[in-house]
Amino acid sequence: MLPGDLKPEHFRLYPPVARKLVVENIRAIRRLPLSFLPSLLREIIEYDYKFPAERTAISKELANLGTVSDAEVEDLFREFSKIKLSSQLESFDWVNSPGQFVEQLSEHLWTTHQLDQFRIAATDYGEHLNGVVEAEPLPIPRLGISVVGRDVGSFDGLLFRKLRPHGTFFNRINPENGLNLLLEAVAARGRRHPIPYAHWYIDGGEPANYDSSLTGISYAALEPTRAALIAKIHSEIERPGMGPEALRSIMAQLRPSSLGMAGDDEILQRFQLKLLTEASGTQIFSTTYAQWAAREALRRAQPLTLLVRFASRQRQKAMNELLTVKAEQPEVDELGSLIDADMSAYYNWLNQQRLPGAEKSCFLAWFEGHASVLAIGPTIPRGAESGSEADLGKVLSWLV
Amino acid sequence: MYVHQAAPVGSESPILESAFRLSSNRREFLRSAAGLTLGSKFLHSPLARSADAARRRKVVVVTFGGGARDQETFAPEGHENIPNIMREMLPRASFFTQVVNRGILGHYVATASLVTGVYETFNNFAAVPPGNPTVFEYYRKDLKRPSSDAWVVAPSNGFNRIGESNHRSYGEGMGARVILPKYLLKAAMSGSGSDYGHLLRDNYENPYSTPDLGNREFELQQLEMILKLSADDFRAHAKTLSSPDELSLYIVRQLIRQVAPSFLWITMHDIDIAHAGAYSLYLEGIRRTDRLCAEVYKLLEDEPEYSGKTTLLVLPDFGRDADQDAGGNGFQHHRSGDVAARTTWLMAIGPHIREGVVYDQPVDSIDLVPTLGAMLGFTPSLAQGKPIPELV
Repeated sequence: MLPGDLKPEHFRLYPPVARKLVVENIRAIRRLPLSFLPSLLREIIEYDYKFPAERTAISKELANLGTVSDAEVEDLFREFSKIKLSSQLESFDWVNSPGQFVEQLSEHLWTTHQLDQFRIAATDYGEHLNGVVEAEPLPIPRLGISVVGRDVGSFDGLLFRKLRPHGTFFNRINPENGLNLLLEAVAARGRRHPIPYAHWYIDGGEPANYDSSLTGISYAALEPTRAALIAKIHSEIERPGMGPEALRSIMAQLRPSSLGMAGDDEILQRFQLKLLTEASGTQIFSTTYAQWAAREALRRAQPLTLLVRFASRQRQKAMNELLTVKAEQPEVDELGSLIDADMSAYYNWLNQQRLPGAEKSCFLAWFEGHASVLAIGPTIPRGAESGSEADLGKVLSWLV
Repeated sequence: MYVHQAAPVGSESPILESAFRLSSNRREFLRSAAGLTLGSKFLHSPLARSADAARRRKVVVVTFGGGARDQETFAPEGHENIPNIMREMLPRASFFTQVVNRGILGHYVATASLVTGVYETFNNFAAVPPGNPTVFEYYRKDLKRPSSDAWVVAPSNGFNRIGESNHRSYGEGMGARVILPKYLLKAAMSGSGSDYGHLLRDNYENPYSTPDLGNREFELQQLEMILKLSADDFRAHAKTLSSPDELSLYIVRQLIRQVAPSFLWITMHDIDIAHAGAYSLYLEGIRRTDRLCAEVYKLLEDEPEYSGKTTLLVLPDFGRDADQDAGGNGFQHHRSGDVAARTTWLMAIGPHIREGVVYDQPVDSIDLVPTLGAMLGFTPSLAQGKPIPELV
C-alpha cells in the first residue's frame, strides 16, 4: 500500500488520541512519500504517551502540512521522493508497525547507498520545519545542572575541559550543602512555573529527597525493572534462532507491565522503559543511564529545568577477572565514573543548546563535594577562570 | 567515483568538504606534533621493488572495529591516549588522513568490505561469507600460496566467515585460515565453571548475542597442532591478560613464531566498548589498542622472519559519530553516517614505504585490496577500489 491509498479505517488499531489526530489530518498525510511518512507515523502512533512538548510539535507539523498546497508538498518532499524503496518495504505493514518499517528502511538506505541522500533530505526538511513552525516563547530561560563525581575524594586531571571555553570556571566555591541548594533552586523553578514535565531531576544512583514539583527518575529506583529486563533477555537468547534483530523487536514490544513497573504515570513509565530497551549500556552502567536519560528528556520533554546527578557505576571487569571466580557484589569505579560524567555533562549542555531558546539558556556543572564549578550563560564570561568565593546558591544567582 | 579525483575538495559534496576539513585538521595536528612532512599527491613510492622482492614481502594488516575519533587520538588533547603510535610508529610511517568508508558502518560487513575491496551489503549480524572474493583468495590463487600462508585473527565469532567468500570462482578452501581467539578460549575453558560469559560476548552493540560455532575439538586441535599450545598453557596465560585484544595479540605472537604466514590480518575490537556509553572505558580501549599496535610493530621488527621485509598497515574500519551530530550520541555509536563516522585514517610502515609523510588526499576504504594487490603482485580483478599510488 502507498500513502495515497490511506483511509481512516487503516488506523483503527491506533490508540484513541493518536487515531483521532491522524484521521483529522488524513488528507495531508496521503500526499507524503513513503520514504518519509512512516517516520511521522512512528511519532503519531505513540501520541497518547508523548510528553506535552512532543504533542505540540507533532500537532504543529501536521497543521503545517495541512496548509501547504500540493505543489509545495511536491517541492518540499522532492528529495524524499527520489529515494528508491524495495517492493518488500512497499508491501510492509507500515501503518501499524511504522517503527519496524523505519528500522528496515534504515537498513535499506545503508545497503543501497542512499543514506547520505536521505540525511540531506531529512536535514532540509527539519530546517524548513524550524523556519515555519514557531517555537513557543519560554516562560523562563532553560537551566541545566550536572553534578559529577559523587564519592570521589580527589582528582588531579582537568575537569570540564570541553565546557570551559563556553563559560567561567570557578575554583573556590564552598561545596557545603551544595546539593540541597541546587535541588531547592530547581524545585523553586518548578513551583513558580508548574508545567507538566518541565522540571526534572535525574539521579544515576539513589536519589536525594526532592520536591514534588519535579519529575524525578533514578537508576536505583529502576533496579527491579533492570533485573526483570536482563532476565527476560537471557531467557529470549536461549531460544533457537534468536538474533539481534529479533531480540530488538521483542524489546520494542515490551510494555511497563511486562517488567512489573507500577504507577499512575504511564507517560513516564514508558519513557523509563525505553531508556532501558532502546539504548546501549543503560542496563549496566549508571553513568550511561544518567547521560542517556538526560539526552532523551531534553530531546523529548524539552524541560525548562534539568538537574542530573551522576553516581559511580559498576567497574568493568578485566578479562583475567572474568576467568576466575564470580564476584558476589560488583565493585564500583569512582574515577572512571567521574570521567564518564565529565563527558556526559558536556553532552548534557550540547543537547540543551539544541533546544529553542539556547541563546538565553544557562548551565552549571559541579564536582560534587568540591570547590570546582563551571557556569555557562549569556551573562557569564567565556573561557574565564574565577577565584571568587561563594556558595552554589550564589553562583546560580549570577547565572539566572 | 569522485573520491579519486585529483582535487581533494569535492565542492559538489558537502560531505566530502567536511571530510576534507576533518583530514586537514588531522594533518595539521600531525605535522605540528610529530614533525611529519606533507606528501605530494599521486607520487609513487620511490622505493621501487623487483618482482622478487614482492614475492619475499610479507604484509600484516591491523584493523580495529570501532574507530577512535580525532579528539581522542590525533588532536592535541588526544595525544595522551596514543603515546606509542605518536612516538614509535608515526615517524616511521606514511599517514593518510582521509580514508572514507562509503559502505555500511557495521563492523563485520565493513571489515568484509575492506577484505574484498567491494562495499558488501549483507546483514552485519548474519554469519555469512562475503559475496565477493577476498584478498586472501586473490593472494593465494594468483601467487599459488598454501593455506598456511594467509591468516586472519578476529575478535568475535561473527567473523568466522571472513576468510573466504562464496564466490563461485573462488570460495571454499581458497581463502585464509581464521582464528577466533575468544572461541579458542571458550574451548579451552570448557567445564571450568568460570565467569567468562561477558568476555565471550560477540560484539558490543548487541552484547547478548554470541553465536555458537560448535566443534570444540577443532579449536583445541588448532591450539595444539598449529600454535603449539596446550589447552592448559593457553588457559593459564589467558588468565594474565586484561582484554580480548590482548588475547588476540598473544595468538598473533604464537602464529608468527610457529607459522610465520606471509599475509596476516588482525582485527581488534576493544575500543568498541564505547557502545556501552562509558567514556572512560572507551579511552581505556584506545590506550590499550595504541599499546597493542606498537607491540605488533615491535614484534615484526624483532622476528627474523619478518624484520626488514614486512609492510604493516593499520586502519580503523570506520570512525564514530561526532559530538555535534544531533542524530547520534557522540562517541558512543557510529550510526549517524555522518562525516566523522565515515572518515578515518591509514598508517603504513615498511621497507618500501616513505617515512614521516602525511597525505591528505582522500582515499577510499575499498582501495586497500587493490593496494595490497599491487604490493604483493596479485590481481584483485573484482575489487572496485584503486591502488593508492603513494604505497605502490
